[in-house]
Amino acid sequence: MDLNSLKYAKSHEWISVQGQTATVGITDFAVKQLTDLVHIELPRKGRTIRQGETFGEVESVKAVSDLYAPATGEIVEVNEALADDLGVLSDDPFGKGWMMKLKLSDPSSLSGLMDRAAYEAHCADESEHA
Amino acid sequence: MSYLFNTPDQRREMLRTIGAESIDELFQQVPADCRLARPLDLPPALTEMELERTVRSLAGKNVAGGDRVCLMGGGVYDHFIPAAVDEVVSRGEFYTAYTPYQAEASQGSLQAFFEYQSLVCRLTGMDVSNASLYEAGTAVSEAAFMAMRVTGRHEKVVVLGSVHPEYRQVLETYLSNLKCELVVVGTHNGTVDPADLKKLVDDRTACLIFQHPNFFGCLEEPEELCRQARSVGALSVVAFDPISLGILRRPGDYGADVAVAEGQSLGIPMQYGGPFLGIFTCRNEFVRKMPGRLVGRTTDRQGRPCYVLTLQAREQHIRREKATSNICTNQGLLALRATAYLSLVGPQGLKEASELCCRKAHYAAERLTRIPGVQLAFDRPFFKEFTLRCDGGVEAFCARARDAGFDLGPTMRRFGEAVDEPLSDALLVAVTEKRTRREIDELVAALGGLEATAVGIPALRETQLG
Amino acid sequence: MRNLLATQPLVELAHPGRRGCTFPESDVPPRPLDSLIPKSQLAATACELPELAEPDVIRHFVNLSTLNMSVDTHFYPLGSCTMKYNPKRHERLSRLPGLVDLHPYQIDEAAQGMLAILYELQQMLAEISGLPAVSLHPAAGAQGELTALLVAAAYFHDKGERRTKVLFPASAHGTNPASAALAGFECVQLDVSAEGLVDLEELKANLDESTAVFMITNPNTLGLFEPEIARISRLLHQAGGLVYVDGANMNAILGITRPGDFGGDMMHFNVHKTFTGPHGAGGPGAGPIAVRDFLADYLPAPVVIREAGPSGKALYRLSVPGKSIGRMRSFFGNVGILLRGYLYLRTLGAQGVKAVSENAVLNANYLMARLADVLPTPHGKRCMHEFVASARNLYKERGISAMDLAKRLLDYGFHAPTVYFPLVVAEAMMMEPTETESKETLDAFSDAIHKIVAEDPKFLHDAPHSTLVSRPDDVQAARKPILKWEPSAS
Repeated sequence: MDLNSLKYAKSHEWISVQGQTATVGITDFAVKQLTDLVHIELPRKGRTIRQGETFGEVESVKAVSDLYAPATGEIVEVNEALADDLGVLSDDPFGKGWMMKLKLSDPSSLSGLMDRAAYEAHCADESEHA
Repeated sequence: MSYLFNTPDQRREMLRTIGAESIDELFQQVPADCRLARPLDLPPALTEMELERTVRSLAGKNVAGGDRVCLMGGGVYDHFIPAAVDEVVSRGEFYTAYTPYQAEASQGSLQAFFEYQSLVCRLTGMDVSNASLYEAGTAVSEAAFMAMRVTGRHEKVVVLGSVHPEYRQVLETYLSNLKCELVVVGTHNGTVDPADLKKLVDDRTACLIFQHPNFFGCLEEPEELCRQARSVGALSVVAFDPISLGILRRPGDYGADVAVAEGQSLGIPMQYGGPFLGIFTCRNEFVRKMPGRLVGRTTDRQGRPCYVLTLQAREQHIRREKATSNICTNQGLLALRATAYLSLVGPQGLKEASELCCRKAHYAAERLTRIPGVQLAFDRPFFKEFTLRCDGGVEAFCARARDAGFDLGPTMRRFGEAVDEPLSDALLVAVTEKRTRREIDELVAALGGLEATAVGIPALRETQLG
Repeated sequence: MRNLLATQPLVELAHPGRRGCTFPESDVPPRPLDSLIPKSQLAATACELPELAEPDVIRHFVNLSTLNMSVDTHFYPLGSCTMKYNPKRHERLSRLPGLVDLHPYQIDEAAQGMLAILYELQQMLAEISGLPAVSLHPAAGAQGELTALLVAAAYFHDKGERRTKVLFPASAHGTNPASAALAGFECVQLDVSAEGLVDLEELKANLDESTAVFMITNPNTLGLFEPEIARISRLLHQAGGLVYVDGANMNAILGITRPGDFGGDMMHFNVHKTFTGPHGAGGPGAGPIAVRDFLADYLPAPVVIREAGPSGKALYRLSVPGKSIGRMRSFFGNVGILLRGYLYLRTLGAQGVKAVSENAVLNANYLMARLADVLPTPHGKRCMHEFVASARNLYKERGISAMDLAKRLLDYGFHAPTVYFPLVVAEAMMMEPTETESKETLDAFSDAIHKIVAEDPKFLHDAPHSTLVSRPDDVQAARKPILKWEPSAS
């Protein structure tokens, strides 16, 4: 996965667009912040989701974090395998750790997202104020 | 003063280390205009002896225990508490310990709560229990909240009118600031006809809440009620009586999604209302949505089995406003009582206690209703409690019993509008395993039934009424 | 001496046929159960409870208890928990017949002694808080918070004002926003200073006509008294809002100042903290609230009132306030715990109550001063009844974390202080010695800390070393929760 080709949300989700479909996950920064992952809840296939809406949650021993949709569309596929093996998410958040695939209904909604450089700056900023 | 240590010389030494001139200086942070300029107006201090004398005198003004016979119900009962239960909770290491956040320092409590959770699951036939909530009213409310989370339906909760009026009132209060409709289903003959629910329980309903045995003592049709809830994708929530599970079918067996209870019957004294024990159990699939503390079993870094608080990320101290609840305590000491109680009675003891309650209650009902003018309010099966009506009014009936040394109640009037109008002049009578045939016969004799065979119980004296 | 055979799970100690408690034979005419209860409602089998003899049960629980630290056995400086001594006379007196066995639905005339006690407790809490209207109803502090917020909601609703927001500082305890959310309010968290104190500009910027309540803990969770409290209260009142004081830290200010005097409109008490209700390994508690006169009508039911009886004698009654928000729980309240609070206050009297805070504050400042060279307190040189030290420097310089210190303290025979709270201090260690500890104990604790910080960090990471278990695997416990006995997990 070419990290530079991805778009990023302030809440640490990434999105990879291929035409009308997109793949969504969370970044390595998010995974590191959460520390030991214990549970994940992902949405059901077929649901329509709006940008900014919560699509699930990921739980660590220390915290439960909501997952926010970075774009608007219909959920066409969900990575059910994650629920049984969260190690995949920690090890490969940009690859095998993908969470859901969307059929985009509003590609323009992507314009508000950050590119790699902006996202890295955002992370550095957050770390300073932690 | 008994609980303080610092002698004047020690205080001086400490102030020197701190670098302050006086204790007053330590309070400089408190602005002068906030400082209290006078001593608190409180009653004068009492030594232990004086305190005991004062409190004994006040205790003597309450009508309880001793020679009196308690036939009161409504969620709290005069059940037997084995001495060993009191012994267990008197261990200072249990009752003066804090919440077991530091697992290594709290394996005693953690294991005790794990055993509580285990025993409660076996008692109820349910998949999982938490380490307890405050009492039954909040347990019912927490169940409703969980049902809303699980089903995603936040607009409608259905509760039967035969659920304890105070539990319903608590639910009302908890829902009052949310946009949720609370539908109360009217009762017929002491229970609810499941057919009446078909129109009310729909795909907007988060849960159907019922009590079994219900507030009036009557048995509902639990399996049918659970089935109805399930058929529309709502959760079924039952408030049960722990002692009843010695003979009645268990919530897990009749398909309940959530089973809650007031656990007072399991080795906890009546104490004029609390603290008690909110039992909360549910299906495994809801475990991450459950309110309250959970104790889990795990291993330590050397592989030794041990216990910890788990799924804490859901609790308020971490999750804050998105928490599953705001609850910060479990009823630790009371859960310990219940655990000790269940350990002592075992399956056979629970069955015995349960059968005794049932048989004696039916005996009492039979004898009482042979008194002219006294009838059962409902023609329905009951477990250990029943509702009576009396010509001449239940207040007078209660007063006559009270004068003879027997406490009946509560009267329905106590609950005002929360109990339907037609029942306003009715009375609950509960009979536990502690009651003897002789006591029942004497009660009946005192109320104008057949003659008792032995000397009566001391009447309520003028002085006891203050 | 500990018997680890006896601490095995009950289900392993059990043996079919054993019994602890038996009941007498029935003395009423025998009838088949299914003539009393429909057969379809009867269980086919008994519950699968373990079968144990009484000696086994006693041995099990007594040994289990020895696996705990407790106030009765150890120094327990948990911040904001007020782990003070639990007087034994309370245990004897709260078990008196007439108190312990009084049915909650006993009529008022037959409960005059109990009602007199509860009424007097209401009065005493009103005096201590400076807020005249008291409800003893809530089951715990968190419930007290929720109750007060619902009272506020009812009050504003009655006035026809639509106020939707509850403000609180970032240093607040988690129950504050959780309670506000439950009460249906929108939560607004305000940034605080490095000392966890309210930022007045932040507050002003967030105050408007939708502000209902500002929740504040005072002294705050860093053990500091809010110097601007009077101004904060004025700002809230000018905006038409109410001030709620979280009373968790009342042990610092008893008889010194009162929430009602520094602008609070509502507060809750933690009877299980300030007034010696035993912590019971997590409960029960009791969370009475005290509010201003104009909020009295909205209090939950029931409250105790006093009237002149027919012979002129005082008569106590349960009463429902005119615009009550209703019930927060079944029955009156956690009377057993309230009783212990009553006994405590009757023992102390006004002087004793003030001495509690004076000594609590003295002990905290002394401990803070003794630890300052290795565990500095970032916010300054004075505190109230508790302080928050930081292990940040230790962590940076030697890789020793607050958790490491906490765990190693167990080896030295001390319960650890609260760690990683409040969130505004890095490597936080919140310590509240309370007034029921001696200088010798505080010195011993300080000595232990000094020894520990000089130890090998690697050794500390694996602490505790002398307890039966060490560093439980939290992750495993959360990933695959085992929450009851399973046949295979025995």
